[in-house]
Amino acid sequence: MQTVFSVPKVMKKDFKFTFCPGCDHGVAMRLVAEIIDELDLKEKTICSSAIGCSVFIYDFLNIDCIEAPHGRACASATGVKRANPDKFVFTYQGDGDFASIGWAESMHTALRGEKVSAICINNTTYGMTGGQHGPTTLMGQVTTTSPFGRNKEYYGYPIKMAEHIALCDGTAFSARVALDSIPHINQAKQALKKAFEVQLQGLGFGFVEILSSCPTNWHMTPKQAHDRVRDEMIPVFPLGIFKDVTAE
Amino acid sequence: MISDKKVLIKGNYAIAQAAINAGCQCYFGYPITPQTEIGEYLSAKMPELGRGYVCAESELGAINMVVGASATGVKAMTSSSSCAIALMQEALSYAYSDELPAVVVNVMRAGPGLGYVYPAQGDYNQAVYGGGNGDYKIIVLAPSTVQECIDYTYRAFYLAQKYRNPVMLLADGLLGQMMEPACFGEYPYPEVDVSSWALKGAKGRDGKAIYSCARDEQEHIRKIERLFAKFELIAENETSYEEDLTKDADIVLTAFGSMTRNIKAATRALREKGIKAGWFRPITLSPFPTKRIYELAKEGKDFVVVEMNMGQMFKDVKYAINGEAHVDLINRPCGEWLSVEEIVSSVEKIMGGKYANCI
Amino acid sequence: MGLIKLNNSRCKSCYLCVETCPKGLIKKSDKTNRLGDYIVEFDDPKGECVACAMCAKRCPDLAIEVFK
Repeated sequence: MQTVFSVPKVMKKDFKFTFCPGCDHGVAMRLVAEIIDELDLKEKTICSSAIGCSVFIYDFLNIDCIEAPHGRACASATGVKRANPDKFVFTYQGDGDFASIGWAESMHTALRGEKVSAICINNTTYGMTGGQHGPTTLMGQVTTTSPFGRNKEYYGYPIKMAEHIALCDGTAFSARVALDSIPHINQAKQALKKAFEVQLQGLGFGFVEILSSCPTNWHMTPKQAHDRVRDEMIPVFPLGIFKDVTAE
Repeated sequence: MISDKKVLIKGNYAIAQAAINAGCQCYFGYPITPQTEIGEYLSAKMPELGRGYVCAESELGAINMVVGASATGVKAMTSSSSCAIALMQEALSYAYSDELPAVVVNVMRAGPGLGYVYPAQGDYNQAVYGGGNGDYKIIVLAPSTVQECIDYTYRAFYLAQKYRNPVMLLADGLLGQMMEPACFGEYPYPEVDVSSWALKGAKGRDGKAIYSCARDEQEHIRKIERLFAKFELIAENETSYEEDLTKDADIVLTAFGSMTRNIKAATRALREKGIKAGWFRPITLSPFPTKRIYELAKEGKDFVVVEMNMGQMFKDVKYAINGEAHVDLINRPCGEWLSVEEIVSSVEKIMGGKYANCI
Repeated sequence: MGLIKLNNSRCKSCYLCVETCPKGLIKKSDKTNRLGDYIVEFDDPKGECVACAMCAKRCPDLAIEVFK
C-alpha cells in the first residue's frame, strides 16, 4: 500500500502533543514540520520559540530551538540570523507574545527587513494562562479579564497584525490564514511555505498570522470553536495575502 | 587596532575596539549617555568587518538579540547604562539559566530612575545581585582605568565562553568619557570550543533546545544546584583583586571601579601623614573576594569603603569581615567623585584622635 | 480503496475527524482510552474510503495516517 499521509520526518520520535483536545497548535506545527521536510531545512533551521503554549514547539520538532523571553522571539531570531546569515530562522509565537508584549520587537524586525520568518497564532486570548483578554480579543468577547465583554471604552480595539506588518517596507510577505477548514488549512500551508521561501531568497521578513481555535478557553467543543473562527473571527480578521514582493 | 603601541583613547572607544579584537561577532545596542560612543564606534567598524550590528529598537530588543546570537555560540555583546541596564535584567536571568555567554557593558550613570548623566556607582547591587528573577549569578568585572577597560573586555568575552555564563563589565561615566593612554595588544585568551552546545542547525544530530522553562521539579533543583556549583568553581578560579600596602596597614581603603584611583592616591597621602593605610580593590565584584577581605580583617585591619552610592559594596565588605574588624563608609550618591582630600580627611575623622599627633 | 491507521496514544478524542470525514467513515467507539474518553474507530465495511486524507489534515494531534 502507498502512504498518502504520514507524520512529517522532522517530528520527534514518539512525540505527543501536550495541547488541549482540538487545539490548532498541533495543525500549525504539523504544517511547519511538513514544509521543513519539503524544503529540506532541518539541518539549517534554528527556531526562536516564544512564551505561551507556543513555547513547546521544541518538545515536538527535532530542530534547534532557543526559547526567547516573553515577547522577544523576533529579537532573538534577529540575533540568531545576524550571527548566522546562512541559517534558516523562524519564530513560532502566540498573539500575546507577537502583538502585545512583543509588538515593538515584531514591528521593528519587519521594518529592518530581517531575513527571518515569523508565525503568529491568533486565538483571540491568552491561552496558557487560562483565557484572558488579549490584543486580538474580539469586540464583545467575554474573557476572564473582560467579564462583561470587550468594549471600546475599557479595552479599545483588536489589532490586525497581518495588515500592520504588510505596511512595513522590510516585509517581503504577510498573510492571514485560518485553520477552521480543510481548504483553509491547505491555504495556510501555501502561505507558510511562501513566508519561508522569501527568507531563503533573501527578500526580507516573512509573516503569517494564523487564526486558530482555543476550545478550552472559549468553553466550546472543537467543532464549535472552528465554527467561531469561521463566523466571528474571519469577518473581523479577513483572510488573504497583504503583501507579497514576489508577486509585485 | 592590534598594536603594542600606546594610544590615547576614550574609555568607550577602548571597550568597543577591545570587543572587536576579542572576536565579538555581533553588537546590538540602543543609545544612552554616557556610553553611546560604543555603539557609534561599532556601527562603523562592524559592517566593515562583515560582522553583525543592529541599532536595536530598545534595550529589550538589544539584549534579546544577544540571547539569540550567543545561543549559536558566537561572541555577542550589548552595552548600555544604568536605567537601561535595568530593562535587560529579565533577559540576564534567562541568559544565566540558558547558560549563554552574553557580554553586557554597563557604563554607569546616576540613578534611581532617569537620574542624570553624571557618573555614579549606584548599579553595584543591580550588577552583583541582579534585578532579574530567581537564583542567578553573573560575573561582574570592574575596571578602573582605560587600560583595564580593554583588558577586562577581553577577559569578559573569555570568561563568558569558558563558563557559559553572562558577564558584565561594570564601568562608569567617568571611565567611559575619560581619555588615557592604553595599549590594546592582542586578545590574550584561547578560543573556547562551543560546538557541544551551540545551536547551528540539527546537522547529523538531533535538534537541541536551549531553554529555561522547567517542568520537572527535581530536574529544576538539580539544574540550579549544578549552576551554583559552577559558580563556586568560577569563584575558586577567577576571583581577582588588587591590594597594596596592606601588610602593615592599620586601615584598608576599599573601592571598586574608577574610585580605585582615588583610594590609591589617598593611601599615599595618608602614609605621608604617618597613618598606616593600605588599599584593596576587588576586580571581580562577582565573585567577590570575600575570603581575602576576611583574612585581612582577621589580621586586625579596619576597613573603609569608598564608593559613589549609598553603601552598596559596603554591605558585602561588612559581610566578608564578619565582625572581625571595624568597617566604615565614605560615600556620595553621585556626581563629583570623592576627592583624595575628602577621603583623607574622612579617614582621619574616622580614626579619631588616635593618630592626631603623628607626623 | 483507502485505509487509515489511528494512533490511540496520540488521539485526544476531540472528534474533529468524525466531523471531517465526508463519508462518515470515522465513528466514536464504545471503547475508552485510559482517561475514559471514547476513542474513535475507522469503520469502512463497503470500502468507501478514497484516502482523501482530510481526517489526517484536520487531526490536531497527528494521530491519523492514511494509506491507499
